[in-house]
Amino acid sequence: MISAADRMFVAALCLARAGLKVDVEKSYLMESRLAPVARREGYSSAHEFVAALRDRGEERQGWAAVEAMAVPECEFFRDRGMFHALAGSVLPALAQARAGETVRVWSAACGGGQEIYSLAMMLADAPPLAAKVELFASDLSERSLEKAQAGLYSQFEVQCGLPARMLVRHFEKQGEAFALSPRIRQMVRWRRVNLLDDLSRVGQFELILCRNLLGQLAPEAQGRITASLRRALAPGGRLAVGGRDPVDPQLAPIRPELGLYAAEADTPRSAAA
Amino acid sequence: MLTCLVVDDSRVIRKVSRRILEDLGFEVAEASDGVEALAWCNAMMPDAILLDWRMPGMDGLEFLRRLRAAPGGDRPKVIFCSVENEIERIREALDAGADEYIMKPFDGGIVAGKLSYLGMVA
Repeated sequence: MISAADRMFVAALCLARAGLKVDVEKSYLMESRLAPVARREGYSSAHEFVAALRDRGEERQGWAAVEAMAVPECEFFRDRGMFHALAGSVLPALAQARAGETVRVWSAACGGGQEIYSLAMMLADAPPLAAKVELFASDLSERSLEKAQAGLYSQFEVQCGLPARMLVRHFEKQGEAFALSPRIRQMVRWRRVNLLDDLSRVGQFELILCRNLLGQLAPEAQGRITASLRRALAPGGRLAVGGRDPVDPQLAPIRPELGLYAAEADTPRSAAA
Repeated sequence: MLTCLVVDDSRVIRKVSRRILEDLGFEVAEASDGVEALAWCNAMMPDAILLDWRMPGMDGLEFLRRLRAAPGGDRPKVIFCSVENEIERIREALDAGADEYIMKPFDGGIVAGKLSYLGMVA
């Protein structure tokens, strides 16, 4: 078992590197998350792994621990209402407002890629809109990014939120896994981004999806990332957060029941909403 | 209360499915193959059907084709629930009139997700 001191150390590491709020009381959770990483790194137990982290403080292993503690997004079409709103009204309106310029969409904590690929599959069914939209996705975790880019999902994963018709249209069987078609994968560009870093070089986006992450963060990190995301929104841009995420009071609610908010430049429209 | 017919030749699977569906608020009936399932549907058409593929007697695909051709047989939402996990097989089931498809093994979350997608649970 990992000790209370181990748990405090890991919680502090997660807080410092990713702003993650980790409950030190949940020893079983931490043990079950860290044990596979410990094995992969050649340690006999999570405790031994954490002891090595504490003694040697190796950078890459520290990140492996932090990544294991972050809960990745793992459902396709999570909150279906949001995806219908995005494809049905939000993206068409943004495309119209951009008058020929492309609409840039950023999935800011993409995990295994299920969120951005859900949107990509919907866009593939609406080619005129797809032609006006560029999809970007980032995550803190290299492992998540590799998985997302590969587009390989287990049988269990493709049954979480993905309609069977979408499965047969966009996936092929590859051994025991299901591989997303290259046509959909190529619609997305990937990059490793720690949202705690300076995001000014990431650029500006008309739509940012950052759902079910902020709620996992400590208050200081929440405030910092909320402000960074606000600055990364293009004028008139939209931010989508999860149902239990804290709300940025400086953004205007558009469809708050879906977690959809607008950048300040859009105040006249938000007054009407 | 919505009704769901569970069609599977395994008594264990029927029992597991029944528990999941009852937790989701369904009234559950069971059949062990296609012939028995058709008899159920003739007596009282269910709102949903959880349907195994490989069964002795009449298999799931044959049952589905007959159901869809029967009066009122277009109404139930049919979810295939099978160990068949090749894309071609899944496509075949959907083409024959299935609304959704679950690959075994499954759990309550997957069943609830599919029923929610079909608008049968909140």
